[in-house]
Amino acid sequence: MKKIFQSVMTLVIAIAMTACGGNTNKENGREPQELSGAGATFPLPFYNVVFEQFGQMKGDFVAYGGIGSGGGVRNLKDKIVDFAGSDAFLSDKEMAEIKIPVIHVPTCMGAVVLAYNLEGVESLNLSGDVIADIFAGEIKMWNDARLVALNPDVTLPEEAIIPVFRSDGSGTTFVFTDYLTKVSPMWKEKYGTGKSVNFPVGQAAKGNPGVAGVIAQTKNAIGYVGSEYAFAQKIPYAQIANQRGELVKPTAASISAAASGEIPADTRCSITNSDAEGAYPISTFTWMIIYKEQCYAGRSKEQAMATLDLLKYILSDEAQTITSEVHYAPLPSKAKELSMKNLKTVTYEGVAVWQ
Amino acid sequence: MNDKLYKAILFIAAMVMPIVCGGVVYALVTDAHSAFEHFGFLRFLTSSEWSYTEGAEQYGALPFITGTLMTTALALVFCIPFSLPVALFVGEYFKGTKVASVLGTVTDLLAGIPSIIYGLWGFYTLRPLIMALGISSQGSGILTASVVLAIMIVPYAASLSAEFIKMVPNDLKEGAYSLGATRAEVIRKVVYPVAGSGIFSSYVLAIGRALGETMTVTMLIGNTNNIPESITSTGNSMASIIANQFGEASDLRFSSLIAIGLVLFLITAIINMIGKMMIKRARIS
Repeated sequence: MKKIFQSVMTLVIAIAMTACGGNTNKENGREPQELSGAGATFPLPFYNVVFEQFGQMKGDFVAYGGIGSGGGVRNLKDKIVDFAGSDAFLSDKEMAEIKIPVIHVPTCMGAVVLAYNLEGVESLNLSGDVIADIFAGEIKMWNDARLVALNPDVTLPEEAIIPVFRSDGSGTTFVFTDYLTKVSPMWKEKYGTGKSVNFPVGQAAKGNPGVAGVIAQTKNAIGYVGSEYAFAQKIPYAQIANQRGELVKPTAASISAAASGEIPADTRCSITNSDAEGAYPISTFTWMIIYKEQCYAGRSKEQAMATLDLLKYILSDEAQTITSEVHYAPLPSKAKELSMKNLKTVTYEGVAVWQ
Repeated sequence: MNDKLYKAILFIAAMVMPIVCGGVVYALVTDAHSAFEHFGFLRFLTSSEWSYTEGAEQYGALPFITGTLMTTALALVFCIPFSLPVALFVGEYFKGTKVASVLGTVTDLLAGIPSIIYGLWGFYTLRPLIMALGISSQGSGILTASVVLAIMIVPYAASLSAEFIKMVPNDLKEGAYSLGATRAEVIRKVVYPVAGSGIFSSYVLAIGRALGETMTVTMLIGNTNNIPESITSTGNSMASIIANQFGEASDLRFSSLIAIGLVLFLITAIINMIGKMMIKRARIS
């Protein structure tokens, strides 16, 4: 009994001592690693393809759990993942709560679309204030005068609108309400921006697939989902009037157009309600968040290198061309340049990982 | 020596369960503490506001307690007309026959179906049906969730009730028949009074199951954090709000969700205790 205890203790101490440090330099720098991440479901279809390709190239295995942006950030806080995926960048307050510096790396751009289920209606135009009023319960019927004015060529039914929203906290909700807060003073005052918001009307479902499923199954429903999920379920989605009054469909070009403005050095910025020409107004970056100091929770230097390799690969042109294939949009070159610069500041035991 | 060792192992194994249970209660209470402290125990239970607004967060459990109790009560009402006949069929009318054993097995099989399957069936079959019948324009709600819950708890209520009905002594029934009672009269005047508390307890245990059901309810109830106005309106249950919001919760909301978990734990414990007590009484009599 004593012997077993002793050997267990020796093992524990040995593990603790070798937790940080110890690296084998091979030809390509390192052994294949297993990386794990968790977070946003919004970019999940894109990540699935990219991680697969990255794995084939470098031999690393990346596991990603689509548990929601907030869940991902909490996992990062608990130091049980290599990176977190999030559609909402961390606020200054959240950054302060984590205490250790983190780096945001945008991975692609996407749109939140307003998907609807209306029999016989193939094209629907919406504007920001109308969307806000629908989700606030102030526009109740599909044949409301304001909707009819926006859609002169379409016969809208005399039916009650059923708004569908997210029951779980979500980066998609954050982007959507961030947009509504910018375009509607009423929304700003009553509901505001957040990963969870007190929607007064409609019904809620869990996750992007859940909301898309409810819309597909419910006549007269309208809801917000990540664009890929509307494509996958073959649900139609609306054209939205941007700040210039242009009616824009979410496409790779219109989403990229939204990011043509200034981007801060740490890439934390909201690009909803962009005033650029042809910009889709509910566009967003989606980020991967990592610790600046990569030696934590017993991670090896090779793991840190693999994490950087993954991010570098995602920022490469090869990976960025995949974005449009899976209905996202590529990052603007400015965002890529800034991110490369930020990645160079990542350290392991104080030494830059990427030299 | 061997005997002693065996006894020790048994003792340790048996002690694990109470320790785990105690640990669960301890963890729930410590994590829920800050929510109760912030809102006050009674106010937390009776407030119907669930608001995320930063700085002015308000979390009250009443909408979820109402949602849980409403779905459970309705499920029970819907469940009785299906489970009681099965119990009588298996335990009395066709007692010991092949038909009865087949029916009994099929009903028990229902208990083995994963709840997500019930959820999907409810979502893709029952929900469109409710919309098509014009009962509710948006399909989801207390009613939809309750109907599926009812089907889920039928096997629990039916098989246990059947056992109690089987246990009714034959001489009692024969006595009634010899006095010229019909079968229906025997059931009403002999079987129900004798097996009554047993049947009651089997429904109590079925309620315990309905209270905690999460996946099915989440898919069908509509997940709106308000007190349902009618049985066709949307709402949310205690288990479902926890499942939905746990991933993103921190600080006060985290604590409030744990507090809801604690309340659910207490309600389930009380109801199971009542059931156990009734079974005991049924056995004694």
